[in-house]
Amino acid sequence: MKTAKTATQNACKLCNPLGACLAFRGIEECVPFLHGSQGCATYIRRYLISHFKEPVDIASSNFNEDTAVFGGSHNLKLGLKNVTQQYRPKVIGLATTCLSETIGDDVDMILKEYVRLFDEGEPLPNGEPLPLMIHASTPSYQGSHIDGFQAAMRATVAKLAEAGPKKNLLNLFPNMVSPADLRYMKEVLKDFAIPYVLLPDYSETLDGGPWAEYHRIPKGGTPVNAIRETGMSAASVEFTSTLATEKSPAGFLEQEFDVPRYTMPLPIGIKQSDAFFGLLEKLSETPLPEKYEDERRRLVDAYADGHKYLFGKKAIVYGEEDLVVAMTAFLSETGIDPVLCASGGKSGRLKKRLLELVPGFEEKGGKIRDGVDFVDIEDEAKVLKPDLLIGNSKGYTMSRKNGILFIRIGFPIHDRFGGQRLHHLGYRGTQELFDRIVNTVIEQRQSSSPIGYTYM
Amino acid sequence: MEKIGILEGRQRQIYEKKGEETAFDITCETTSLSGSVSQRACVFCGSRVVLYPVADALHVVHGPIGCAAYTWDIRGAVSSGPELHRLSFSTDLKEMDVIYGGEKKLYLSLLELIERYQPKAAFIYSTCIIGLIGDDIDAVCKKVSQEKGIPVLPVHSEGFKGTKKDGYKAACDSLMKLVGTGSTEGIGKYSINILGEFNLAGEAWIIRSYYEQMGIEVVSTMTGDGRVDDIRRSHGASLNIVQCSGSMVRLAKQMEEKYSIPCLRVSYFGIEDMSKALYDVARHFSDNPAIMEAAKKLVSREVGKLYPQLQQFRRELAGKKVAIYVGGAFKAFSLIKALASVDMKVVLAGSQTGNKDDYNSLKEMCDEGTVIVDDSNPVELSKFVLEKEADLLIGGVKERPIAYKLGIGFCDHNHERKIPLAGFEGMYNFIREVYNSVMSPVWQFAPRKGGLSS
Repeated sequence: MKTAKTATQNACKLCNPLGACLAFRGIEECVPFLHGSQGCATYIRRYLISHFKEPVDIASSNFNEDTAVFGGSHNLKLGLKNVTQQYRPKVIGLATTCLSETIGDDVDMILKEYVRLFDEGEPLPNGEPLPLMIHASTPSYQGSHIDGFQAAMRATVAKLAEAGPKKNLLNLFPNMVSPADLRYMKEVLKDFAIPYVLLPDYSETLDGGPWAEYHRIPKGGTPVNAIRETGMSAASVEFTSTLATEKSPAGFLEQEFDVPRYTMPLPIGIKQSDAFFGLLEKLSETPLPEKYEDERRRLVDAYADGHKYLFGKKAIVYGEEDLVVAMTAFLSETGIDPVLCASGGKSGRLKKRLLELVPGFEEKGGKIRDGVDFVDIEDEAKVLKPDLLIGNSKGYTMSRKNGILFIRIGFPIHDRFGGQRLHHLGYRGTQELFDRIVNTVIEQRQSSSPIGYTYM
Repeated sequence: MEKIGILEGRQRQIYEKKGEETAFDITCETTSLSGSVSQRACVFCGSRVVLYPVADALHVVHGPIGCAAYTWDIRGAVSSGPELHRLSFSTDLKEMDVIYGGEKKLYLSLLELIERYQPKAAFIYSTCIIGLIGDDIDAVCKKVSQEKGIPVLPVHSEGFKGTKKDGYKAACDSLMKLVGTGSTEGIGKYSINILGEFNLAGEAWIIRSYYEQMGIEVVSTMTGDGRVDDIRRSHGASLNIVQCSGSMVRLAKQMEEKYSIPCLRVSYFGIEDMSKALYDVARHFSDNPAIMEAAKKLVSREVGKLYPQLQQFRRELAGKKVAIYVGGAFKAFSLIKALASVDMKVVLAGSQTGNKDDYNSLKEMCDEGTVIVDDSNPVELSKFVLEKEADLLIGGVKERPIAYKLGIGFCDHNHERKIPLAGFEGMYNFIREVYNSVMSPVWQFAPRKGGLSS
């Protein structure tokens, strides 16, 4: 086998600012704004649109050659003014790109100068108070999209969270999941009668209904006032396996406001969903609602009905590290053998966390690799010969070339319809994933059978 | 409904045709207004999309991962052979590379990739950050070229150095370094290069076949199912045929200067422009009347087939209103003519990169009340689409959700389309797609038709 390669070939990750823009879309009345070249905003918009099939307006400070040399202060202020006038946002979620980071624009200082202009009597862009401006530092040569996503949410609570008397309130930081997952989480918390702040919440802003007129900012998202209260909450639950405390929004709230932080993997599969619902039972002192017991019962039943299709099947799982960890745990409890867990991310924690959750994984021959691209994954696949490839749309070409069954999860899904409505979380999400995996295997059996069985 | 205004800095980029007395002085060819949520991309994007279809070359993006990730297999440009262009290569710069420079990483990446993929040539795109940290990509390219014995061509496409149009120029400059490096032996007198045709969904094959049916030799399709060796010998052709709003005009001009190859600008969309493209070429080779004969025969055969089909659509589409917002203005001209053939009415015509001449021509072509706009954004587009009661929006990926959200038909006319829209066959596909979208029963549920809104 060749030694580590230099060039990235078919990346298994996206850039830092994309994650920030996505997360900012989950705040009510917020417009994402990229400080850098026009192209970054356009590419990211195009990419998000292809998955969510919704308008995604992202402003840009639109650097030109002069800006790159003399600094982005003028462009940023003009851009903020224009976007305020045109979009009338309550919040502007500002993320930096590699360009503005490298020339060393002091965004916080520019923002202060901008606010001072209006304090000193400059007329307000739309006659109303200035929008709140949240700034996340997201140079694209650091980390990947998931880092930008978390950085934006950490910056948000750091900017908005307030101290105060403790409230009967739960913060839920759900990670980069689908709008359908977010809606499910809201339903769960409501059924437990737990008052909550879900951050971010793009369940409506990126999966909403039709419009009679253009909504400059789609309705939905976590309200600013709710985010202020996150500092007074009784606890935070954060779905992550690999996020470092110093980068975590829940970690920030714990450090600054003594809000206890419960960190757990994304609740995919029975065991991890049990852990999540168990935690909710504990925190709310309410027993699991009957509805979820039913969901769980159906899932256990489905596991039994479907087990023979899956036992011993080899799978490659890839995507964000947190998703890979949780999916691996789920697949392992269905009898599927994940033979490679791969991520383009590189938190340095993937292996440790995965082994904690799936003890004996490596002894069974499972491989764990972070910082990889699709050429690495394909090279591994040639040796490992998996039956299933499980991850985002970007694996399609390799699945087709190598004849590996393909199950699409996560982000982006842009070669199928309804990526934004895919469920992953909880008993119900697991149920849908499980059905899809079993059906993918059945479909192949059926189509490769000379008879074409009508009962499988 | 709240009235949507136009940003102060944008008013001079919008014009509504109202009688002859209005002075027409649209502002264009400037950088986008900061904070205006322009639909435009950047210099890098311009270069990348033009060079993308060179299928047997390696395309390496030097910079952090985003630029390469977002352009991975982004075009529908198909190849009849190698598919190297559909892969995404990046030096994936990290913080330390930005501090200490990325030349070494680029060098090692190139050696490794050339070894693995054995390309005929390599294009190295510099991104924003490279322009800042000042990596000497020319030197790296030269070194690798010498060591590996293939052309390794820098593409100076730093995102912030202008607009998408400047990216076209950078791409042309790179291609020009390839042109003239191959043997022209065996190329006949009646020969052309096809420029600015990207072979989306196989469109270049349709166009090529037309020319070949006329007895014309196609030396290179350059940017559609492109091959390095063809480009190297393309200076042996007698004529360059350039389509698209200027993406390849610069190369054609350079080839004219250096190799005295004249060029013709054409469009392959719609009956009128497609026929004209064939006749113009035939007229150029007027010393061979057989070519014109063949062109006439071809056009009459194809139009004969197409015309009755279009009449079917025309009955229902006549009078429907269309908004057009596309990358290049040249495409808008063709679309207006094509839509006129089924009696559809254009209420908005705009582009990301038009120049004064383009907008003047648009003004001449359009009816009273038509809005003409340069470098627009979602808020303006939706405003005009609703105010003008458009039944259809024609645009690209970023315009599509605007139409669908508002309950308006949409036709994709950008580089991601999967159905050929060029040529006579393409015209049928185009009008059929327009018909399928405009006439769909789903719009009855749209809020603007009395359905429930969110």
